[in-house]
Amino acid sequence: MSGVLLSVKNLYKHFDISGGMLDQIKFSRGKFHRKKTLVKAVNNISFELEAGETFSVVGESGCGKSTLGRTIMGLYPPNAGEIRYRGDRIDSLDHKQLLPYRKKMQMVFQDPYASLNPRKTIQQALEDPLRYHSPQLNNGEVKDRIDEVMLQVGSDPQWISRMPHEFSGGQRQRISIARALIIDPEFIVADEPISALDVSIQAQILNLMMDLQQQRNLAYLFIAHDLSVVEHLSDRVGVMYLGTMCELSETGILFEQPRHPYTQALMSAIPKLEGGASSHTRLKGEVPTPINLPRGCVFHGRCPYVNRRCIDEVPQLCTLDDGRQVACHGVEEGRI
Amino acid sequence: MSKLLEVKDLVIKFALRTGEVTATNGVSFTLNKGERLGLVGESGAGKSVTGFSIINLISKPGYIASGEVDFLGENLAKVSDERMRSIRGNRISMIFQDPMMTLNPVLTIGTQMTETLHQHNPNMSKEEARNIALDKLCKVYIPSPEKRLAQYPHEFSGGMRQRIIIAIALLTGPELIIADEPTTALDVTIQAEIMELLMELCETEDMGLLLITHDLAVVGQVTQNIAVMYAGSVVEKGLTAQVIANPQHPYSQGLIAALPQSSKHGERLNQIPGMMPTLKDIPPGCAFNPRCSHVMDICKTETPCLRLGENGNLVACHLYPESE
Repeated sequence: MSGVLLSVKNLYKHFDISGGMLDQIKFSRGKFHRKKTLVKAVNNISFELEAGETFSVVGESGCGKSTLGRTIMGLYPPNAGEIRYRGDRIDSLDHKQLLPYRKKMQMVFQDPYASLNPRKTIQQALEDPLRYHSPQLNNGEVKDRIDEVMLQVGSDPQWISRMPHEFSGGQRQRISIARALIIDPEFIVADEPISALDVSIQAQILNLMMDLQQQRNLAYLFIAHDLSVVEHLSDRVGVMYLGTMCELSETGILFEQPRHPYTQALMSAIPKLEGGASSHTRLKGEVPTPINLPRGCVFHGRCPYVNRRCIDEVPQLCTLDDGRQVACHGVEEGRI
Repeated sequence: MSKLLEVKDLVIKFALRTGEVTATNGVSFTLNKGERLGLVGESGAGKSVTGFSIINLISKPGYIASGEVDFLGENLAKVSDERMRSIRGNRISMIFQDPMMTLNPVLTIGTQMTETLHQHNPNMSKEEARNIALDKLCKVYIPSPEKRLAQYPHEFSGGMRQRIIIAIALLTGPELIIADEPTTALDVTIQAEIMELLMELCETEDMGLLLITHDLAVVGQVTQNIAVMYAGSVVEKGLTAQVIANPQHPYSQGLIAALPQSSKHGERLNQIPGMMPTLKDIPPGCAFNPRCSHVMDICKTETPCLRLGENGNLVACHLYPESE
């Protein structure tokens, strides 16, 4: 490992969904008010990622994990907070200034059917990012790079003149990975790269990702909801709930003994292959909307250990003896 | 235990313009009363088509070419449309994958629930239908059901919607529920709740469950029996615990070994090389032979029939001697 690659500090991303001026105006108590509706997707997230490391973000749908990934990539401008890449701030750069960092960071998306342009051949899909980022390369060099990267992801370089619809889901995902790799990045955000694939194909893609990591010393930010995959693949895991990070730790100790009440409930819901009676901890109620975030700890409405402090005060991530970080008053006070 | 459903040598074909395609090739399994059976396989293995064909939901150009679907002594593959209508949604209910797609967005939950009851029992009073609907909503743990009856599907979360679909499936007191990937669109915590609910209901109401899914871990948790499908045929069936702990067919072995749970942290996963053939070009002999590591000459020419494996599972593989 060679030091911190990416560091995210107090990151916020809110989306304004209030629509046009007329939609925002509300009439009450004899007066007109203008009211904005914000979806608070990511709130005060901080973490660091080292070179060559796999850091996974898990959570249920709507918890903001994809937004986090996209904000880091610069696809969404953050509302507040810092994103640093090798020490340089990249969150407030304009398009041109961001270019050298774009070469280092790439993204693989969830749905291999939607993320490849159906009207471009595989060659065009792979060539475009390369010609854009390295205009000095001549045709022969471009061809060589495409062949090399196709071989690396286990596809036949002969296929490059084909269209995406001629490929299966697993093959398309290989091509998406090839497209991310072609400009030789050192960091890849993989947003649910295998959840659209079948089990036997999932194993192929996961193996490919692990092999590439070894060969190129890639760092992954792996966004997933499949906890067994996350357990297998990652060095560290961050658990997100409603836009906040509630627990962040080494994979082994997190899965062995989750501490945050939400992590505990999430882990107990993983179906076990051996079967038998499930010891699933049922949570009361449902995930609140990220529009009206609960006061205090975002989990307090569903937590079995809630007390007065949880309702009033927002818990901060604090580091425990075993190195993990937990944002929970109960753990901090030794109640849980 | 008495038989509830027996599927015998079911062959489903699709008459396409480019020629006929066989979607399932002689699928057989039995489901006893109050039993839960898992039908597992990857996409395109023919598991959903098998589920649909039981209640005659395969649409043209698909048709049942041969075989029997014996439901309590009646061959459902041969019954008239009218007779089928009185069974489907009444004695056999189905739960689909996407809870948003299966509910009508412009009708209230109450309307959709009582509609089903009136369809199968036109003499039922409105009051009576409403009471049954309320009772079933309580069974699936929907809080304040009276208020909920007047709401529309968009006012519910994904997990709640799936509960309502289960409540609708329960309305007529069916003997069999076919659940096609009921939790694939849901989060793990909600998946666990829904599966627990389904198991509980099967026990209290004494219903049979045919669970169609690609998730082996879910099947392991919920069902007693399992049938693994590959390219339109059942390749292995038996007790769930046995099949998962000690799979006999090379495909089931590969499928279970490919799960991240089966290997140590950070190690390479065991992958099955290649991919499932499309229905148009299923290889001769055993459909799995191009991907199989134990392939022999006979596999390329002769389709294996089901035979007894080492631990009482039925396996369709030439590695095991033919029984009888």
